[in-house]
Amino acid sequence: MSALTDLTIAAARAGLESREFSARELTEAHIKAAEAGRGLNALVVETFDQARERADASDKRLAAGEGGMLEGVPLAIKDLFCTRGVHSTACSHVLDGFEPPYESTVTENLWREGAVMLGKANMDEFAMGSANVTSYYGNVINPWRRAGDDKPLVPGGSSGGSAAAVAARMALGATGTDTGGSIRQPAAFCGLVGLKPTYGRCSRWGIIAFASSLDQAGPLTRGVEDAALMLGAMAGYDAKDSTSVDVVVPDYAAALNGEVKGLRVGVPAEYRLEGMPEEIEALWRRGIDWFKAAGAEIVDIALPHTKYSLPTYYIVAPAECSSNLARYDGVRYGLREADDDLTQMYERTRAAGFGAEVQRRIMIGTYVLSAGYYDAYYLKAQKLRTLIADDFRTAFESVDVVLTPTAPSPAFAIGEKMDDPIAMYLNDVFTVPASLAGLPGISVPAGLSAEGLPLGLQLLGQPFDEARMLNAARFLEIAAEFTAKPAWLNEGAP
Amino acid sequence: MAIDKATVLRIAKLARIEVADEATDGLAAELNAILAWVEQLSEVDTEGVEPMTSVVEVTLPQRADVAGAVASREDLLADAPNAEDGFFTVPKVVE
Repeated sequence: MSALTDLTIAAARAGLESREFSARELTEAHIKAAEAGRGLNALVVETFDQARERADASDKRLAAGEGGMLEGVPLAIKDLFCTRGVHSTACSHVLDGFEPPYESTVTENLWREGAVMLGKANMDEFAMGSANVTSYYGNVINPWRRAGDDKPLVPGGSSGGSAAAVAARMALGATGTDTGGSIRQPAAFCGLVGLKPTYGRCSRWGIIAFASSLDQAGPLTRGVEDAALMLGAMAGYDAKDSTSVDVVVPDYAAALNGEVKGLRVGVPAEYRLEGMPEEIEALWRRGIDWFKAAGAEIVDIALPHTKYSLPTYYIVAPAECSSNLARYDGVRYGLREADDDLTQMYERTRAAGFGAEVQRRIMIGTYVLSAGYYDAYYLKAQKLRTLIADDFRTAFESVDVVLTPTAPSPAFAIGEKMDDPIAMYLNDVFTVPASLAGLPGISVPAGLSAEGLPLGLQLLGQPFDEARMLNAARFLEIAAEFTAKPAWLNEGAP
Repeated sequence: MAIDKATVLRIAKLARIEVADEATDGLAAELNAILAWVEQLSEVDTEGVEPMTSVVEVTLPQRADVAGAVASREDLLADAPNAEDGFFTVPKVVE
């Protein structure tokens, strides 16, 4: 690990501006780190030559004093984002060889601000998973390990490759997407900051769709200020996404002061789960105490429909996925299993192209939308979603942000929780409710487990109030003083 | 509401996913477990609750009715597993 790869985005920007080092040097240092980190399987495609060209172009712009917000900053891009002429497959076999002739709005925004793409990050197939074990390109290894134990751990998911790459200092930041927790949970598992913006804040155009009413893009970074910088570049109204919301994007980074005196912090009793590890409880209590000591007002709030969030999600998300993934038919892109019969060509292509978890969700979604079951399942879930969103609306009448744990456990070993889909789904118990309500959420690394693994605390904000949420997160970051580093950096491969 | 083998095959047909005969029992068990778990929603009284159709309160914008293109025909066809003479191809449908 060189000093250049250990910088925050904010520090790297300062170093580039003052010409302390060049964008090319910064990119080369990360390419070297990415090569050394290949064993983590965080990147499924490396675009190093392209990165060098872009870094050189950044150096020219910097020299001319024309650098953008992220000029020369090397990033990993989740494989769910369409990138022009570069492999974009959602880590699914069904999209084999897909190189889109267009660019997603979010990545286009990043390139406009001068960011440099190092490669495409591994992920759960079509973003369906919480451990990055459903990728067609294999598991991602978490750079963190339990103390005194070499067992490889999952990085969380679905943005697992993005999280592993940033934690292993292979990139200064990464894009992720969050449908039910896919940015926040891997951030917590890898000791990172992960931000899911308000639904509608970032354009979904060019992001391969999973559950369109829930999907949102956001950053994974090693600090809150970096998350603010990246969100500022990624966000913005886009006429190409009809659910994109036309509201001003504030200068998030400039507004950070970590001042929380008088801030009303909601604590929902319903997030205190039966059987939750004591260390997660303790971390949450510590977070509450930090806010209290800094003059914030702690408010007990009720979110009574919390326990119905996961089952609601596992109707809504599969329903939307079954509809969105109908497009993979072996005709327009990706895999095709040849057959003389059209229907059989579809059926064989989809059976060969989708992995087990994706097939399971398509089947559930097809069932809950089918004639005779629509009202009992899908309509019922849509009504629950209204009640869950109403809970938050009521709570936010008396609080500014909500504080909860991010995940019910630290990272677990590859192979654990793999036999029972529902055990895996429970990973997202704290992140799914805000997704259903469309609210912004952020995970901040706030402590270590007894085994030396990172644990995250989550802050939720009001719609389009990311600025206040980020400022509370900045406070949490300062209070937590999280400086631990993954074993990978010191010891290398297990 | 239990899903049996015949239901699995019916769903698979609707979803256009080929399911091997020997896989149907396992799939039925998995789907039943998930459906039994989501069944807890029925204990909530949702009488008079509006189903959520959009998580943000916005009026769906309308764009001008003008043709546009995000990519050229050639570029789009280049991603097709089988394209001929400027068209996507499918197995013969009409006798």
